[in-house]
Amino acid sequence: MNSVVCVSQVPDTESRIRIASDGLTIEETGLKFIVSPYDEYALEEAIRLKEKSGGDVTVVSFGPDRVAQALRECLARGATKAIHIKGDSGKADSLGIARVLAAAIRETPFDLVFLGKQGVGTDNSLVGPMLAELLDLPHVNVVTRIEIGEGSLTAHREIEGAEEVIETTLPAVIMAQKGLNEPRYASLKGIMAAKKIPIETKTTGDLGLTDDEIYGSRVRVVSLSLPPEKTAGKKIDGSDPAAAAAEIIRYIRDEAKAL
Amino acid sequence: MAGVLVICESKQGRLQKTSRQVLSAGRRLAEASGEALVAAAFGPDAASLAGDAGSLGAATILVVADPALGEYSTEAHTAAAVRLIEHADPSIVLLPGSSNGRDLAPRLAARLGVGVASDVTGLEWVEGKLRARRPVYSGKAIAVVEVDGRPAIATCRPNAFPIEPAGGSAAEVVSVDHQASQPRARVVETKIPESEELTIAEADIIVSGGRGLKEAANFSYIRDLAHAIGGAVGASRATVDAGWIDHHHQVGQTGRVVSPNVYIAVGVSGAIQHLAGMSSSKHIVAINKDAEAPIFRIADLGVVGDLFQILPLLTEEVKKAKEQH
Ligand SMILES: Cc1cc2nc3c(=O)[nH]c(=O)nc-3n(C[C@H](O)[C@H](O)[C@H](O)COP(=O)(O)OP(=O)(O)OC[C@H]3O[C@@H](n4cnc5c(N)ncnc54)[C@H](O)[C@@H]3O)c2cc1C
Ligand SMILES: Nc1ncnc2c1ncn2[C@@H]1O[C@H](COP(=O)(O)O)[C@@H](O)[C@H]1O
Repeated sequence: MNSVVCVSQVPDTESRIRIASDGLTIEETGLKFIVSPYDEYALEEAIRLKEKSGGDVTVVSFGPDRVAQALRECLARGATKAIHIKGDSGKADSLGIARVLAAAIRETPFDLVFLGKQGVGTDNSLVGPMLAELLDLPHVNVVTRIEIGEGSLTAHREIEGAEEVIETTLPAVIMAQKGLNEPRYASLKGIMAAKKIPIETKTTGDLGLTDDEIYGSRVRVVSLSLPPEKTAGKKIDGSDPAAAAAEIIRYIRDEAKAL
Repeated sequence: MAGVLVICESKQGRLQKTSRQVLSAGRRLAEASGEALVAAAFGPDAASLAGDAGSLGAATILVVADPALGEYSTEAHTAAAVRLIEHADPSIVLLPGSSNGRDLAPRLAARLGVGVASDVTGLEWVEGKLRARRPVYSGKAIAVVEVDGRPAIATCRPNAFPIEPAGGSAAEVVSVDHQASQPRARVVETKIPESEELTIAEADIIVSGGRGLKEAANFSYIRDLAHAIGGAVGASRATVDAGWIDHHHQVGQTGRVVSPNVYIAVGVSGAIQHLAGMSSSKHIVAINKDAEAPIFRIADLGVVGDLFQILPLLTEEVKKAKEQH
């Protein structure tokens, strides 16, 4: 079973976000970058499949030089190959990113492609289904469990207040949700072993893509700004529980009009 | 034909609340662009939504009545949505930001070679183009994006747009035929939890519990209040990770993003990843014994006190208030 895992690198969720002078992007200097949390579930699942039935786990990332670090981390956890497609992913829209990933994946043997259900930060949740469409493969989104059968796969998909069990043919594209597994940390041995694995680098030109296909944005940021400071509301002392309860009731009834 | 096409979802022959919100958002865009608002729906019940759709301002409802479309399937619904778009040639397509809407929009867009603005909280028609507002980086920044291409597609965050009745008569039902195909991925079972709990995705009121509850059994404090007030039960990640409650209750960056009318955070500290999921709620109440807890920075009404003392009284008061109606 060969898997490809698409990995995006995002600012640490604790980061303070500043807007760059162009007014369109975030200021990257001083930011700490991490592997997007949902991609960790995607990677872990692929590594577990490899441990069970062999094959390769190829991690792919499209982005600037800094994403090599994210790929190294994935190798240290157990990925066996890494492909870095160099480019300014921040200037591409989701369809552009999906086109780059599709072109890279077509050159790699695979049975399953894993992604995160959402890249934390920009929170689009778009690349996965777009990639599946470009590869003309079935996909299952927001997956909390998978079981592999003979040429098929059963996946559990989380929806509002329920869970769907979906059966699909292979190859297929899976978008990982929290709950799919508990991602491991890299071991020292893994970190050392990863240093010996070369990261294959490619340009988008190598993949036969034009800049317009990737950066000819169909969705373009026209402004990025900080939200207005929320003025903290009223804060009351709750040492008299009855008075506190009464004030909450008043607020919900009179101001939220919800009682 | 042209216009603003809204792909709707229904349950038991009625439009889902999120779809009503999207129709209202679509009507405003249609007014701004001088185009028609067109509703669309799939499955055997689709035509029965004509009244609902009309009352929200749609003159027409396009219907693909294939019974196989009664249940969502990415591939089958993508194919049917493509047919609708070929038929209507809309300049804008809006979908609810539900599980299915957010699954369908990107697949559809990739097939058409266009982009999607996802999970938007505001929409505008500016000089012949769709502009959408969307919170990014856990609400630490707000992006305005312009969507090029025809159609321009957007999914709308649940509860971000008000429902605005337009008082129109039933929409005219137009059937659109399509070529049914065999999807490769199919739903073989849907597991619905036995207790018919209200889900946080659509609830108007959410009562959320955090580690301040001390142990799993104390989620009863949250459930009792939620039940009395007619709201859904939310949770912080710390409680989910501790195994006190199922993940589908989790609010935040790695849970659900919600924007109910009222959000009551109980024993939740207000970590940035939690705020990411609820700071766009319209009225935020926080109960926490630590006066310095970050949740108070965004609470409209903050109560510094002990949840174990306040919650039972609050639940009783809510019951009394409800009885008076
Ligand atoms: C990548 C990443 C993603 C994350 N995603 C999420 C997410 O989606 N959602 C999320 O919630 N968190 C998320 N977190 C975790 C987040 O950082 C916090 O750890 C978590 O939200 C804390 O949960 P809590 O508020 O319940 O617990 P705590 O921070 O421990 O807060 C408990 C609060 O209860 C109060 N309290 C205690 N006793 C009482 C009492 N008797 N009466 C009243 N108040 C009392 C305390 O004063 C305290 O403020 C994420 C973290 C990371 C790193
Ligand atoms: N630049 C990228 N390189 C590799 N994978 C990506 C990239 N951007 C997004 N992805 C994948 O697509 C998923 C969804 O991202 P998004 O659609 O941006 O929310 C992520 O969790 C990743 O698995």
